[in-house]
Amino acid sequence: MSDIKQNSDGDGAGDSDSDGAGETLVAAPILRVRDLSVEFSVPSADGIFGGRRALTAVNGVSFDLHAGETLGVVGESGCGKSTLARAILQLLPASRGEVVWMGEDLVGHPGLRERRRDLQIIFQDPLASLNPRMTAGDIVAEPLRTHRGEIGRAERRRLVAEMFERVGLSPVMVNRYPHEFSGGQCQRIGIARAMILRPRLILCDEPVSALDVSIQAQIVNLLEDLQREFGMALIFISHDLSVVRHICHRVMVLYLGRVVEVAERDILYRSPRHPYTRALMSAVPIPDPRIERERRRVVLEGDLPSPLDPPSGCIFRGRCSYARSRCAEEVPVLEELGGQSVACHFHNDI
Amino acid sequence: MNTKPSAATLEAALNAPRVHGRGVWGDAARRLFRNKAAVASMVVLAVIVLLAVFAPWLSVYAIDDIDWDNIQAPPDFAARHWFGTDGNGRDLFVRTLYGGRASLAVGVLATAVSLVIGVAYGSVAGYIGGRVDTVMMRFVDVMYSLPFMFFVIVLVAVFGRNFILIFVAIGAVEWLTMARIVRGQTLSIKRREFVEAAHAIGVPSHRIILRHTLPNVLGPVIVYATLTVPQVILIESFLSFLGLGIQEPLSSWGVLISEGAKVIEVAPWMLIFPGLFLAVTLFCFNFIGDGMRDALDPKDR
Ligand code: SF4
Repeated sequence: MSDIKQNSDGDGAGDSDSDGAGETLVAAPILRVRDLSVEFSVPSADGIFGGRRALTAVNGVSFDLHAGETLGVVGESGCGKSTLARAILQLLPASRGEVVWMGEDLVGHPGLRERRRDLQIIFQDPLASLNPRMTAGDIVAEPLRTHRGEIGRAERRRLVAEMFERVGLSPVMVNRYPHEFSGGQCQRIGIARAMILRPRLILCDEPVSALDVSIQAQIVNLLEDLQREFGMALIFISHDLSVVRHICHRVMVLYLGRVVEVAERDILYRSPRHPYTRALMSAVPIPDPRIERERRRVVLEGDLPSPLDPPSGCIFRGRCSYARSRCAEEVPVLEELGGQSVACHFHNDI
Repeated sequence: MNTKPSAATLEAALNAPRVHGRGVWGDAARRLFRNKAAVASMVVLAVIVLLAVFAPWLSVYAIDDIDWDNIQAPPDFAARHWFGTDGNGRDLFVRTLYGGRASLAVGVLATAVSLVIGVAYGSVAGYIGGRVDTVMMRFVDVMYSLPFMFFVIVLVAVFGRNFILIFVAIGAVEWLTMARIVRGQTLSIKRREFVEAAHAIGVPSHRIILRHTLPNVLGPVIVYATLTVPQVILIESFLSFLGLGIQEPLSSWGVLISEGAKVIEVAPWMLIFPGLFLAVTLFCFNFIGDGMRDALDPKDR
C-alpha cells in the first residue's frame, strides 16, 4: 500500500497544495464504513437476577468518506453520534460491520497503532481531553513521541512551537498547564495535538458545543483553514445544524443509532426528505424573517424512545406524523435519490 | 488567508523567555506551605529525624553502655542522663533516639514497600479492568481476610526474628489498602477524556499508565502514604510489645514503651520519653497528611 505523498512527508508542513482535496474527491474513498453496529450490554431493569441485555447504540451505519471531504453527522444527543466516532477509531469494539481505512478493515485488528497516525480525534470537552499534569507543549508533542520517535528533542520542540503558532497560540505558552488556558485555547491545543502528525482524517466530536458562541466561529474557521492548508478529511459531529451547514460538504442524519438520511449539504438544507430531518431543520431559525414567518414548523412530539426497546419497523414511527401501518411492519432502508439517500417508506408523499 | 508562521516570528518566539506555568503540583505545594499545622509538623519531624540520625554523636553514652551507678535512675543532668536510665542502667536518651531510628526506618521502608507493590498492582488492575481486575482484586480481598497477626507469627516462625522481615511483613499487609485506593482512582481516571485521547493517538498501554493515569492518582496516594507511616510505626510498636519486633540491644519506640509500661509506677520516665516521641511523630505525620490532602483536594480548584 503506497502512501499518498502529501501525507508521508509529514514535515513539509506549509507547502501542501490547497486544491489537493478537489482532485482526490473522485478517487477511492479513504474511509469506507459498512453496516457498522455497536452494542453495549447493560444490566436489565428487572431485579438483580434479570441478567444483561443488549443496547444497540449504533445500528447498521454505512458511508464513504473521500480525502479532503467534510462529513457532518447530526442528531439529537443520545443518537449514537459519539459512539459512532469511537467505533470508527476502534476505541469501542464494533459488534458487526467493517471500517475500511485506506483499504484495510480495522475492525478486530489490534495492530492498529500505526494506522492511528493518520486518524485523529478532537473531543467535545476541551479541558477534560487534556491531561492536567502535562504541559501544553508535552500534550501536543505526545503524538510525535509515540509515532515519530526518530525526531530529536530540539526538532520536536520546533515542530510543536510551529504548530502552536499555526493554531493561533503563542509558542511561549508551551510550558503552561491546561487549567491556565481558556476553553477556546484548550480546544486549540486539542487541534494542535490532532494536527501535528498531519493526519488524513480528523473526527471532530462536537468540537465547539462546549464553547462560547463567539469562540465557536473561531474554532470552526480554524478547522476550515487547516483543512484548506493540509487537505485532511473531517467527520464533524454536532447537534448544531447551522455550524454543520457552514463547514460540511455532506451531512448524515442519525436517529437512534441509524442513518435516516444522507445528502449533499445544499440538497439536504434545501429539500430534506425524511420527516425527522424536516423536524430538525424546522427548529433552526432562518435568518430571513419573511421566510421564517411563513414556513410551517414541524414540531417533534414525544421523547426519543429508549434504545433498549426500539419500536418495530421504522424507529421514528412513534414521533412521525406520517406514520402508517406499513411503518410498524417493515424497516425502511436507505434509498438513493440522486445526491440524497432517505430511509422512509413514504418519502415521496411527504 | 494563509497564516503560516513566518520564520522570523517563530524564531523570536522560540528564543523568547518561556512562560513557566504553575503546575498542579506547584499549586499544591504552595497550599501546603500555607498550612501552619503542616509546616510546624514538618519542622518538628525534621528535628526528630535529625536527632535519630545523629544519635551516636549526641550523647557520651553508647546504646549498650551500662552505667552501674545509675540503674533505673530518673533524669539527671549532672550524669548526662537527660532522660534517665533503664533497668539495666542504659541511657534512655540514646535508646530513645536509636528507637526512633528503628521505628522511623520501619515506618518509611514498610510504607515504601507497600507503595511500590500497591501502586503497581492497583494501577495495572484498574487500567486493564474486566476479568483481570476482578481476579486481582479478589486476591486482595482474600489477603485482607487473613488475620494479620497470624501472618506475622508464621513469618517469624519460618524466618526467625529479623529486622528486614518486620517491614516486609508490614508492607505486605499495608499494600492491600494502597492497591485498592490506586485501583479505584485508576478506574475513574481511565474514563476521563484525556486517557481516551491518548488511546486515540495510539500511545502504548504502559506509557498511558505511566504518563496519564499514574500522575493523576498520585495525589491521594501520597496522602495515604503519609498516613500509612504512623500506622506502620504503631504496628511495629505493637509487634515489639508482643515480643515479635526489634531485638536487644537494638530498640524501637514500641520496645521502650513496653518496657516502660511494666515499671510505670517506679520509673515513669521510661514510659514518658519514648511515648512522647512516638506521639509527637504520629501527630506530625497525621498533620502533614491532612495538609497534603487539603492541598491536593480537587474541590478547591
Ligand atoms: S417510514 Fe413511516 S414512520 Fe418512518 S419516517 Fe417514514 S413515514 Fe415516518
